[in-house]
Amino acid sequence: MHRFASPARFLRLAGAVQPWLAGGTLVLMALGLYLALFDSPPDYQQGESVRIMYIHVPAAWMALFVYACIAVASASLLVWRHPLAGLFAKASAPIGAGFTFLALVTGSLWGKPMWGTWWVWDARLTSVLILFFLYLGLIALTNAFESPERGQRASAVLALVGSVNLPIIKFSVDWWNTLHQPASITRMGTPAIDPSMLWPLFSMAIAFTLYYFWVVIVRVRGELIEARLRALTRLQTEGR
Amino acid sequence: MSGLWALIRRDLRLALRQRGDLLTAVLFFLLTAALFPFGIGPEPNLLLRIAPGILWVTALLAVLLSLERLFLADWEDGSLDLLLLAPQPLEAMVLAKVLVHWLTSGLPILLSAPLAALLYGLPAHALPVLLLALALGTPSLSLLGATAAALTLGARRGGVLLPLLTMPLYIPVLVFGVAAVDASLAGFSVRPHLLLLGALLLVSLPVAALSGAAALRQTAE
Repeated sequence: MHRFASPARFLRLAGAVQPWLAGGTLVLMALGLYLALFDSPPDYQQGESVRIMYIHVPAAWMALFVYACIAVASASLLVWRHPLAGLFAKASAPIGAGFTFLALVTGSLWGKPMWGTWWVWDARLTSVLILFFLYLGLIALTNAFESPERGQRASAVLALVGSVNLPIIKFSVDWWNTLHQPASITRMGTPAIDPSMLWPLFSMAIAFTLYYFWVVIVRVRGELIEARLRALTRLQTEGR
Repeated sequence: MSGLWALIRRDLRLALRQRGDLLTAVLFFLLTAALFPFGIGPEPNLLLRIAPGILWVTALLAVLLSLERLFLADWEDGSLDLLLLAPQPLEAMVLAKVLVHWLTSGLPILLSAPLAALLYGLPAHALPVLLLALALGTPSLSLLGATAAALTLGARRGGVLLPLLTMPLYIPVLVFGVAAVDASLAGFSVRPHLLLLGALLLVSLPVAALSGAAALRQTAE
């Protein structure tokens, strides 16, 4: 991790990796969408609406994955003062919020024909909504201070407190009410869904992951350039 | 130890001298609890059905309302810098301040809860459960809120940030607090809910001490 602490080295590496991530995202996204929309069978119960799942499920996975990435970055910011970790977490939060929002919206669109309602206060829906609020809190706190470093460190503390609380919130909401179907992929060995549906799902999931890293690199580069710009303007004004 | 004791005594004295602050939480709790029947109608069965939820949500909002004063005055007049320089561990001082916050917000709410329960016609056998649940739950609210209050010191729009940061963290306390009273109304065992509320309190103690102290140190950097 610490080998990437130098912004200059990061910028060099990011420049090299970025086109590959972008290409991989576009190819896999196109493949996944083709498989999902044209080359996979409709579900025997859900009909064509099942195709929403190829967006919904990867988005929900990403919502959690991005939060885990933010928590790890926050820990390394607070423990080792890793200079890029704060920027990484700051750049990740809006993307994670976007994925969470996508999961909520697609879930709602799927819920209308399936459950007959846009929204139910079901355990899983509610915990994703709470995750969305946590993301909003992170974004708001990061941008609430004059000094960007203070905002990053404050939201790092919040992200870690949230990561302790997320399992508790999840558990309490499960206890509270549940209607959402149990996970059908994570059963190891024999997944409960057919390979013709599994392949589009996996290619979309990998495409979403690559997309996340692609955009996060673009955003961190932007932050670094902005920080350099600020430093230069400060030098210039002080020089006068 | 004597330093912590002095801090608790000082904060308590400050809170008692400014009675307005002390009364805010309790008045808010009682007034909003009294407002709901006007919005919903005086039907006793309906009021009893929603009483646990209303009482818990109003208590939660009352605590939220009083969170801002937890560190703000100390931060503004510079006594926070002295606390940071003091030889006592900052984690312990955060807990001391939370204790005072609970004594001046959670405890008055707890003491006035029987009155609010009376307004909703809560049966006598459910009242001890409500009080016990509030006694276990409101300290967790103060603890988790302390972290958010420390994190938002010096933030722009701090007043809006505070509810946004605390709401997600408060949900487990709300769920189990309401579940305990509901269980007692329905005649089920209240023990598991109260145990879970106690567990939440035990988790919140170290989390709030560590994160609150980390957040306070950031204000000085």
